[in-house]
Order: sequence, then C-alpha cells, then structure tokens
Amino acid sequence: MEQKPDAATDVTPDLKIDLRGTPCPMNWVEAKLQLEKMEPGQLLEMILDDGDPIRNVPRTIKADGHKVVRAKSLEDGFVLVVERGPNRPPRR
Amino acid sequence: MTDTQQTTTKVTRKRAEDLKAGGFIPQRQSGKITVRCKAPGGRVTAERLEKIAEVARKYGQGIVHLSVRMSPEILYVDLENLDAVVAELAEAGQEIASCGKRFRVTTACGGCEYNPNGLTDTQRLAEEATRQFFGQDTPHKFKTCFSGCPIDCMRAREMDLGFQGMVEPMLVEENCTFCGLCVKACQDDALHMEEGELPVRDLDRCIGCGDCIKACAFDSMVQKRVGHAVYVGGKHGKHPHVAYPVAALVPDEKVFDVIQVTIAWHREHGVKGERIGSTIDRVGIDSYRRALQEVVGDCLLTQEDLQKPRWRHVFYDGLADTFPAYAKV
Repeated sequence: MEQKPDAATDVTPDLKIDLRGTPCPMNWVEAKLQLEKMEPGQLLEMILDDGDPIRNVPRTIKADGHKVVRAKSLEDGFVLVVERGPNRPPRR
Repeated sequence: MTDTQQTTTKVTRKRAEDLKAGGFIPQRQSGKITVRCKAPGGRVTAERLEKIAEVARKYGQGIVHLSVRMSPEILYVDLENLDAVVAELAEAGQEIASCGKRFRVTTACGGCEYNPNGLTDTQRLAEEATRQFFGQDTPHKFKTCFSGCPIDCMRAREMDLGFQGMVEPMLVEENCTFCGLCVKACQDDALHMEEGELPVRDLDRCIGCGDCIKACAFDSMVQKRVGHAVYVGGKHGKHPHVAYPVAALVPDEKVFDVIQVTIAWHREHGVKGERIGSTIDRVGIDSYRRALQEVVGDCLLTQEDLQKPRWRHVFYDGLADTFPAYAKV
C-alpha cells in the first residue's frame, strides 16, 4: 500500500505506530519489536507522549543503532521517524 | 585493629569507642556485636556477598542488615569471635567499615556506568575517595556521597560533603533541525525557542541535568563538560542542617583535592564533637569558601549565583533566603 509523505515530517514512512498512552519502557519495547520485523533502511514513524518518552526514547534509539531522521513536536506528544539500523550480531 | 582478645561480655564506654573505630557496634544484647562491612557506593562483588552470608550464618544468626549508608552489617556476632570474623571476611577481600568521629565509607548511586540518568562515574569516585580518606580522624563524623545527576538520589545536600553530577550542555547549531524536543524535555523552563530559530538556554535556570541532551536525536544538543556541584555542611539526624552550595561543575580531577581541603579546614576550625555545618555556622562560610577557592577557582559559587532560580530551586521553598550572604573572596 502506497503511503503519502506525512505532512508533519515530509518523509514517507514504511510503517506508523501511535504509542501515545503506552508508558516507558513498553513504548520502546513495542517500537523495537516493529523495527525488528523491518528491513535495514526502512522507516518507522512513531508517535509518543510528552514527558518521560522525550528523555528516554531518542537516546535509546541511538544506543540501539538506529537513526532518527525526523523529529517533530506535536500539540499533544511528538513524532519520530526512525531509520531501521543494520542488523547487529546478537548480544552475548 | 582493636583488642578482641577480651572475652568479657561487659562493654565499657571506652571499649565501645575502640570498637566503633573498627566498625564494630555493640548491640543492646550483652556481648553481641554488629559487624559493619565496607562497601563504597554500595557495590559488593558476588564473592564478597557470599562470604558475608557465610560469616553471618557461622558467627551470627544468619541475618544481615543493609545500613542506611549502604554497608552490609552482620548482626549478633559474639565479641570473642571478632578476630575470626575479620580474618574470614578478609579471605574474600571484604574489609570492615567504621563508625565514630572519622571519614566514613563514601556512598554513591549507580552513576554513568549503568544508570541512564547518571552523568558522573560515581562508583569509581566513591571507591577512590574511600581508598584515600577512609578512617581519617575528624572533629565529628564526616559523611560524603556522590550523586550522578541533579535528581540527587544520594542526598548530597544532607552530607558533610556531597558531590552531585551536572553537565554543561552546548548547542551544535549546524545539526539542529528545530524540532523543539529539547525545549519540551526541559523541566526547568531553561530552554526557549522562537518559531524557526535556534533554542536558547537560560543560564539562570539550567540545573545541568542533561535532559535536553538525551532528547536530542541529532547530536545538536551535546555535552560540553561534566562536573560536580559541591555541597558542604549538611546532615540529617535529630537536628538536621541543610548544606551550603559552594561550587559548580568541579571536574573529576579536582574532587579529591576538594575532600582534602575540606577535611583540613574542618580539623583546623572545628571543635571536638562538631559537624562541619556547625563549624561553618560558627566560623563563617567565607572562611571555608576561601580555602575551597584555592582548589576550585572559578567553580566557586558567588552571592550572585545563589540569587539565581537555578540555585534557589534546589532547596525547599524559602530556604535559600536563610543562607548568609556570600562575600567576595
């Protein structure tokens, strides 16, 4: 299914999830599960609540080897568009 | 090491002081001693923990109490077994802590090693502070801690000398995408951004927590330098005393000099049985600040700094008004 560029971020994500209402760290767990199903280089758009997720999620995305390509603040929450990073060897 | 050959179950006052110097605390049960184990920063290896458990079963009643300052305490040890307890704990490298009028084992949170909020390496610093200063005599007990960030879980503001991690953020302008998440992340109203313009930091409000750095996905808000806010003269107990904030962004390499100079000042000016907070109240904060400035230089806080919301807000409302004015030193 063809998706149109998102007005808020001007990129076309491969998948979107709205994680508002899902608290830390479960929001990131759900996003991570989605990213694992995707191919490296694909884009996942996630919408998150204000508050704790702002301080936790961007940092964790980077630490896990993915890349935020767009970030946008909304009236209620914020949007991140994340490029799925390369496959990494499983942790010991 | 104290004389543990004595087998009498009567513990005299003098004897109790000797015991406490070695980390042995007489219990209300006659002849029973609590053995306080040294664990800077609350960090214990599994091997030492197993040895503590083994000793607690063999010489105590299989009970260990974790003290408020993170020391595992083996309860109900018979006075005559102290030598054996010390020797067996030493087999696993477990040393004994201390009580009484001296520099105590330093406490610390997880710090930057594994805690997401941690800015400073509190665990390493607590271990090193304990290695360098543990047991040194002071006019009264001398408690220190390292908190890794402004959340201050270790309560640096209630220590004789408390260190609290903080960061100075810096904006790399060319990386900024104007997303505004740093502004949203700031809980101290210290970042502002006009539409289409770069975020601006309010130095009078920024407490140096680093939330803006964590929120930035584009390596635009980054860490310029990390250091410690220094608080002196705090204590809890029957008559609590809130600490004086005396320095900011003190780098790691100055920390041990700060401890050294503070202990030296307390010894020079304090009378027996007086915590450093009371000594400061009696002698004057500026005497201490002059001594500290020799070590921390520009990191010393001034009266102007204390008037800023950034420093006023770290205490209960109104408390900052009770601080004596800091003179130019």
